[in-house]
Amino acid sequence: MKVMRAREWAFPIAPVRREVRRATPELDEGRPPVLFVPGFGHGAWVFAEHWLEHTADRGFPAYAVSLRGHGDSAKAPKATLRAYAHDVAQVAASLPRRAVIVGHGAGALVTAHALARYPARAAVLLSPVFGGAGTALRNPMLSLPALFGGGLRLPAGQLFSRELPSNASRGYAARLGRASTRAQWQLLRGRTPQPPVGDPPVLVVGSPDDRIVSDTALRRVARGYGGAPLLFPGMGHDLMLDTRWREPIDAILDWLEKSA
Amino acid sequence: MTYSAGYGDPESGGPATAWRDGWPVYDRSGTVCVIGAGPSGLTAMKNLKEHGFGVDCYERDTSVGGAWNWRHDRSPVYASTHLISSKPFSQFPDFPMPDSWPDYPKHTQVLEYLEHYADHFDLKPHIWFGTEVVKVEPAEGERWDVTTRSTGGYGGERIHRYAAVVIANGHNWSPKRPEYEGLEDFKGEVIHAAQFKDAAQLRNKKVLVIGAGNTGCDIAVEAAQQAARCWHSTRRGYWYTPKYTLGRPADQVNDLMLWLKLPLRARQFLAHRTLKSTVGDLTRFGLPQPDHKIYETHTIVNSQLVYYLGHGAVSPVGDVARFHRNSVELKGGEVIEPDLVVLATGYHPSFDFIDGNLLGVDASGRPRLAMHAFPKRQPTLAVAGLLQPDSGLFPLVHWQMVAFARMLRVREAAPAKAVAVQRRLEAELDRRWTTAKVKDSTRHWFEISHTTYLKAIQRLLDELGLEGAK
Repeated sequence: MKVMRAREWAFPIAPVRREVRRATPELDEGRPPVLFVPGFGHGAWVFAEHWLEHTADRGFPAYAVSLRGHGDSAKAPKATLRAYAHDVAQVAASLPRRAVIVGHGAGALVTAHALARYPARAAVLLSPVFGGAGTALRNPMLSLPALFGGGLRLPAGQLFSRELPSNASRGYAARLGRASTRAQWQLLRGRTPQPPVGDPPVLVVGSPDDRIVSDTALRRVARGYGGAPLLFPGMGHDLMLDTRWREPIDAILDWLEKSA
Repeated sequence: MTYSAGYGDPESGGPATAWRDGWPVYDRSGTVCVIGAGPSGLTAMKNLKEHGFGVDCYERDTSVGGAWNWRHDRSPVYASTHLISSKPFSQFPDFPMPDSWPDYPKHTQVLEYLEHYADHFDLKPHIWFGTEVVKVEPAEGERWDVTTRSTGGYGGERIHRYAAVVIANGHNWSPKRPEYEGLEDFKGEVIHAAQFKDAAQLRNKKVLVIGAGNTGCDIAVEAAQQAARCWHSTRRGYWYTPKYTLGRPADQVNDLMLWLKLPLRARQFLAHRTLKSTVGDLTRFGLPQPDHKIYETHTIVNSQLVYYLGHGAVSPVGDVARFHRNSVELKGGEVIEPDLVVLATGYHPSFDFIDGNLLGVDASGRPRLAMHAFPKRQPTLAVAGLLQPDSGLFPLVHWQMVAFARMLRVREAAPAKAVAVQRRLEAELDRRWTTAKVKDSTRHWFEISHTTYLKAIQRLLDELGLEGAK
């Protein structure tokens, strides 16, 4: 646990306008709020599509934040991973109760960084992209432009399973943006996040057929948090937009009911 | 934690209930008692809960916030109180203040923050509001008997036995009043800063403010804006740090220098240069030359005092010699005639519910605690937030309480290790947690530098370990 944070104290993150989408249950049953964190290039809308309403229907207040520079949040071309993690901790701390954080893709890495600065009730890492050379080597064509300051290429074929109708997948792919160049570099560098505070239970969810995150990478992340991943074969990287979106979210909420 | 409602061990065949002075003692088993629901008490509860302890908190008032809750009769907060450390130093390290708040939040925002903290971490169900602690006495097995009753003394007293006690009753509520010759005969109004609530109290009066602490300077500025005349009496010269330097909050500049690993002398040099190039030499306003370098005592953060000195709205004067019936005589022989005297002379720590020896309180009333928190030979007792830091207090108390919660856990899991750590702490009982020399007056008893102190906490946490600090 790191107590001295002189750099963070001397250079606080500049505040920006953040997009937070929400869906709250009709009856507050005292369940913990769930905060969804989209990955690089994705905005809060990816969760607003299906998962937010579904989570609220199951009685959990649901929120999704767009990291700075994504979705309808303010532009942030020089954002760092720390700035993204700050966005997550800010939204989590503003919720009425201790929140559960669900991060997707590189947003799972952002979540892992945020967990070191906010004692979440529980955390779920969906298809986590924890970066490092391995991620880049597995996806050379996607990460090559990023090495030269371009965006990560995220074609529809890589993100969704074949079950999703092609017009839907093309529509989603067209809405994707990009993370800042600095954050992409930091992702490639793959610095290990500090351990989480408050010892939250962590669940890792993914698909063996994910074309961005390899099975070994998934297992390595899960092992880091002392568990095995929960797998949904046949699904693509973007679990929350795929045709079978209902299965993973139901499994996650069942797990939450049990452990949080 | 299990709740055993006061029944003794049935196997021993002993009496069903433990007794103390004719009253039954209710056993709260492994639960920890927290005294006070101010910032220190709240973070104590949150961190103890996080480490799996049950907590009972007793709060004499009817809401959380302690000193920061202006509704409380013991709150020293006045209408214009703002934080003097910027947000990164003022917030709990795991619960950021909102981005939409200013660099230096106002006291109402601090209260809002604490109330939100209590709700967010579900602390209120553990707080007994309107209940004050009358006595804390040691019981067998390094446990504690805590006697409580409702505030004001209604109803009976009740005794609970706890595994550990955190004293978080604050140290800014018992006013320290200096003795002056002739003060009782003085016909003008004399109030302590604790009674100063609103600038309207100063309006159109001739005001003498005694004390150069942050409160004294704030009140002098208010008097400059509202009063007919303002004298500000200071005993020594001080450094007045503005809230902003070099385009950012001044404390962030200081920590930038720390991050660059500049030694104290270099930081002092740069700070002196910066101050000289902005506010300049303060002796030209009639203030005494500071007899120490900057960062040697916790700084006074006030941009406006110098500004009003420049307007002539504040007249700096020296120490008070004696009071007359209608006037005040200063050490230099000058005589002034204020209608209102505000004593901004600070507060005493007060622990009236516990035997001072347990905290090592000496004749002058100063408790002798390792790291200003852990009393000697009392591994299950801690005092939270008894610090006068050069930055915000909340992060420091947070880490104190993380360390204490871990210490209690280590005591269960590895008693030998806990004893070793406790020994090491006791060996450093009289260590000062500042990089610079500090004056030995009551005002500087609990003075610490946040970096020195946090490094010591880091060392303590690393020593306690607990499975790789998970």
